[in-house]
Amino acid sequence: MTAPADHQVHGATATGTAGPADSSSGEQGYGGPGYADSGYEDYDEGRVYHVSGGDWDEVISDAADERSGDERMVVNMGPQHPSTHGVLRLILTLDGETVTELRPVIGYLHTGIEKNMEFRTWTQGVTFCTRMDYLAPLFNETAYCLGVERLLGITAEVPERATIMRVLLMELNRISSHLTAIGTFGLELGASTVFIYGMREREKTLDVLELITGLRMNHAFVRPGGVAQDLPAGAIERLREYLRVMPPLLGEIRGLLDHAPVYLARTKNVAHLDVTGCMSLGVTGPILRAAGLPWDLRKSQPYCGYETYDFDVPTQATADVYGRYLVRMDEMDQSLRIIEQCVDRLAESAGPVMIGDAKIGWPAKLALGPDGLGNSPDHIAHIMSQSMEALIHHFKLVTEGFRVPAGQVYAAVESPRGELGCHIVSDGGTRPYRAHFRDPSFTNLQAVSVMTEGGMIADIIAAVASIDPVMGGVDR
Amino acid sequence: MTDRNDQQPDGTQSGSTAVPDPAALAGQQRLAEQVTRTGMFGSSTTGDTSGYGGLQVRRAPRVSSPRPYGSYFDEIADNLQAALAVADASFGDSVEQVVVANGELTFYVRREHLRAVASKLRDEPTLAFEMCLGVSGVHYPGEAGEELRAVYHLLSITHNRRLRLEVTAPDADPHVPSLVDIYPTCDFHERETWDFFGLIFDGHPALTRIEMPDDWRGHPQRKDYPLGGIPVEYRGATIPPPDERRSYE
Repeated sequence: MTAPADHQVHGATATGTAGPADSSSGEQGYGGPGYADSGYEDYDEGRVYHVSGGDWDEVISDAADERSGDERMVVNMGPQHPSTHGVLRLILTLDGETVTELRPVIGYLHTGIEKNMEFRTWTQGVTFCTRMDYLAPLFNETAYCLGVERLLGITAEVPERATIMRVLLMELNRISSHLTAIGTFGLELGASTVFIYGMREREKTLDVLELITGLRMNHAFVRPGGVAQDLPAGAIERLREYLRVMPPLLGEIRGLLDHAPVYLARTKNVAHLDVTGCMSLGVTGPILRAAGLPWDLRKSQPYCGYETYDFDVPTQATADVYGRYLVRMDEMDQSLRIIEQCVDRLAESAGPVMIGDAKIGWPAKLALGPDGLGNSPDHIAHIMSQSMEALIHHFKLVTEGFRVPAGQVYAAVESPRGELGCHIVSDGGTRPYRAHFRDPSFTNLQAVSVMTEGGMIADIIAAVASIDPVMGGVDR
Repeated sequence: MTDRNDQQPDGTQSGSTAVPDPAALAGQQRLAEQVTRTGMFGSSTTGDTSGYGGLQVRRAPRVSSPRPYGSYFDEIADNLQAALAVADASFGDSVEQVVVANGELTFYVRREHLRAVASKLRDEPTLAFEMCLGVSGVHYPGEAGEELRAVYHLLSITHNRRLRLEVTAPDADPHVPSLVDIYPTCDFHERETWDFFGLIFDGHPALTRIEMPDDWRGHPQRKDYPLGGIPVEYRGATIPPPDERRSYE
């Protein structure tokens, strides 16, 4: 670019940033006579225009008068833009409607979850990490627990039933996450019916998760050594009902989108990223599979007994937004297949859902009382009047927690967005020395520049939506 | 009593033993290691009632895992050795320690050779670690001279293998070479590690903060940075940081 200076246009939120060199006339504040005006300020870097309810035509013509022939503009998009999936900020350099440069800016949702986990016990860590990628909480929990279990050396001792329940919950969660991805995707491209359908079906999935875990999101249900509770009464029937109603509902979404001409025009051959690009940028998940590589950790490096389930890895060879949509839709069908196998296994089997080792397994069981789910009277009777050891274990686990041998481990699961890795370091204490999450959204977001530069500004929306970033996971 | 007076506090004989006992030498080395913890529970405020108040726990010595490593780990080590044979620095020079634990292989790579090792790991067909899963920083303030760590997780899709590289840097000289031009995915990850730990990745195209605000002071995930390092204020009332909240004075 040979332009001497940039024209920068700030979004509607920029009225409060009046600088010392303010030469505009429209800064009297909201409701004042200048509300609809657009002002500008001159900085060293160039002229910065404020757009607060003004007319874009006027801004553009003002700018054009100033520097005729120079079409280059730097536009700030976000962090409050509705289609940036939370608080994602994109700084765009535009040449007309063509994106010449795009820089993603993140960090607006950083909450220090990794740091906080260092100050809580290993079991309490689950409650923190479930809140990272809030659309896939059960994957966060499972990745973390698999890591802790490997450090403890108890991977083989986790009860079979707990492992099946983890798979069941993760696959339900995958469906709810993909439904959100596709629903919001539709909304961002202007198809509000798809959003309503997606949210409606997601709610059905969350109802099932709520029945099993007690919460719609942020479950903290998967714990080191197993899961918090066994399936409640009636869950198997509810799951079978869910499996019966879901396929036609997913078919409805496909009926709306698969061949819709407007949708195809907005998604086909848009935001291309091939396998080489995915490899170098570390991109995994549906984006990689839509580029044609059938890489799915559930198949290639199975965990939680995924090798015993019968399912396929859907791929597409188009490497575009439409391919990613198709992969997500097909993955939901495969998830339903896995859930069906889980339900069959859970219906036939019974047994503990928490490791038998009393020094690790969380002792407090919950029971349904007249006023809802609460303390189990049996457990309280056991620790208060029957077993001194049980009381000591309960007390030690709840107050201090258990110790984990020193070392480090990296546990990875295939989350709806790609490889979710958990790097845990222990110094032999009762708290994680360091817990770091390799969140797929964080890594995949790097690819948004590659996908959009050289394309049209409207395709940014489709590109970001096809990455499906969840800012809670990006910023942690 | 006289026998005991002959002994040095560190347990070695002060007499005229000409040939050093290997066990005593190992013990001396062990005692020269830094003390990382005293007492049974590391308590510093109240007395240690466990009877182990005088216990001194020293830093574990750095010991490489013995061959064979098991699984596919020997093959990775052999192939890297062969690939580095034609490079400037041999396997022995580049990798100071090999650790096999929890079913995972870790190479402790000297930072000056990190780029050579990483490019061999990526390009050599027998290794083919095409994908880097990012950088994770760890801070060990007690380990003098190697306080900061950059931990890289590599994945080979071709061979379906995983490998971890760990690089150390002292707090006084927190520099590690950047891998962005070898693994472009490290861009965000190295910015994050700089942001949280203050590790400077030399050669990164734009090493700026990524999660914290640009004008933030300090690197919040270091161990010497307190939890809730800034006071939280709400309408004039302040609350202590979360790890200090449970005090009822």
